[in-house]
Amino acid sequence: MPVTTLDDRLVWQRRTPLAQWAIWFGWLALAVLFVLSWQVMNKNTIWLFVEDAPRQAADLLSRAWPPRWSYLETLWVPLWDTINIATLGTGLGIVLATPIAFLAARNTTPSVAVLRPLALLIIVTSRSINSLIWALLLVAIIGPGLLAGIVAIALRSIGFIGKLLYEAIEEIDEAQVEAVRATGASRWQIMDYAVWPQIAPAFAGISVFRWDINIRESTILGLVGAGGIGLQLQSSLARLAWAEVTVIFLVILATVAVSEWVSARVRAAII
Amino acid sequence: MRTGSASAGWSRPPLIRNPWLRWSLYAGLFVYLIAAVSTLDVNWARVLDGVSNGWRVLEGFFAPDFTARSRDIWRGMEESLTMTLTSTVVGCLVSIPIGLGAARNIAPLPIYVVCRSIIAISRAFQEIIIAILFVAMFGFGPFAGFLTLGFATVGFMAKLLAEDIEDIQETQAEAVRATGASWWQVINYGIQPQVMPRLIGLSLYRLDINFRESAVIGIVGAGGIGATLNTAMSRYDYDTAGAILIMIIAVVLVAEYVSSHLRKWVQ
Repeated sequence: MPVTTLDDRLVWQRRTPLAQWAIWFGWLALAVLFVLSWQVMNKNTIWLFVEDAPRQAADLLSRAWPPRWSYLETLWVPLWDTINIATLGTGLGIVLATPIAFLAARNTTPSVAVLRPLALLIIVTSRSINSLIWALLLVAIIGPGLLAGIVAIALRSIGFIGKLLYEAIEEIDEAQVEAVRATGASRWQIMDYAVWPQIAPAFAGISVFRWDINIRESTILGLVGAGGIGLQLQSSLARLAWAEVTVIFLVILATVAVSEWVSARVRAAII
Repeated sequence: MRTGSASAGWSRPPLIRNPWLRWSLYAGLFVYLIAAVSTLDVNWARVLDGVSNGWRVLEGFFAPDFTARSRDIWRGMEESLTMTLTSTVVGCLVSIPIGLGAARNIAPLPIYVVCRSIIAISRAFQEIIIAILFVAMFGFGPFAGFLTLGFATVGFMAKLLAEDIEDIQETQAEAVRATGASWWQVINYGIQPQVMPRLIGLSLYRLDINFRESAVIGIVGAGGIGATLNTAMSRYDYDTAGAILIMIIAVVLVAEYVSSHLRKWVQ
């Protein structure tokens, strides 16, 4: 415990002087970095626009309210498409992610030297790129439409599901695997009877959780042309029809709230 | 565990016990799949066309071109990184009072309700929708992006901070309070030491998230590397797009590695 003497008395301090200085210096460095970043970032900011923002906001609000409820009728089909993008995308993601998770888990991978790093690379790549960017790429490749959205959601889900699932596989109780192996079970039988039952609840939980996130993300994929309600959002934004944008936002909010509720209920039932 | 007669043998218990619920779920899923796939309406000719296109994009990935548009890439990266840092710092600072107000054990009910509603609003919409609104109000560029990420950070940090404060060991705060400490002193000596390590850990995690998001909000005009990527894609300049994607992945990897190490060191 760091104790210093002050006027011949022992005084307790929480940290040694050196640690105190290091921490102080760390905060100073952060402050300097912040000021520098602020200046670089706002090199091209037009402050006139920023000062004008309250007026712009009021203007926006006056045009966005009241919402044009008649527009709701044209939103049901895009909403159905959005839910399909999220659900089918999650399904495809699960199908692709499960084998990758088994290849990435240290205790089930057939080759630690080659396949495991490869599986981890796939997981990392999928996780680093947002589904909107995946959609941007896929719209360029396979053209605008629902399929691009589904594949984008699936590609993003691989990383998420793969990572959580392989961590769950690595945390299983080895004793059960050992017991099944002792009966003379083959590799696949061990997977089926010792590994899978242990991760099944986690698997279901992760899938539902990702489905919930995917509903949220699929609502905006249309901004880059990948189908769903985002497509309507894009066209309303382009026409500056803010009263329609309000309706779309409210529909998105309601959908997300419902999916969150469903996912919370299902996860509570499983876990 | 179900036990059958010796001849029937043992069968594994299913995940969903109730057979009625199980089979109706399966049936519902089946019907939904048919309905969903039948309304899919995919233009397969266009998809087949896209295969050669896809090859070109992949080529861009394996032969990225960092040089041709290096000025644009550098500017986008600069905007993204500065935006990430400033928004995280400001967002975390703003989230502290809101987080304190949203913790039921230290805030009175009216303040609690106000702070919880701020958190709920911030978390309800995703970054890209907030970015659309902020771009419309503040004009194009990284300033709108900074506001977007800062706003999202407030909701994220304040919620986790409030939950953390609600989970503290009440005895420590009680002990400080028993010495006759004022409200501020209770916060400073009874609560802050308990939540500080996690607060710093969470802000590092948020820094990581903000960079990922900064790569996306550029698509709607809020500056950053996403804007550069969007331009490259609409120019069919796949080599530059490949280079940008590789840079995003690299920065995300480094950020994740550094932030997880710092978090271990702090906690």
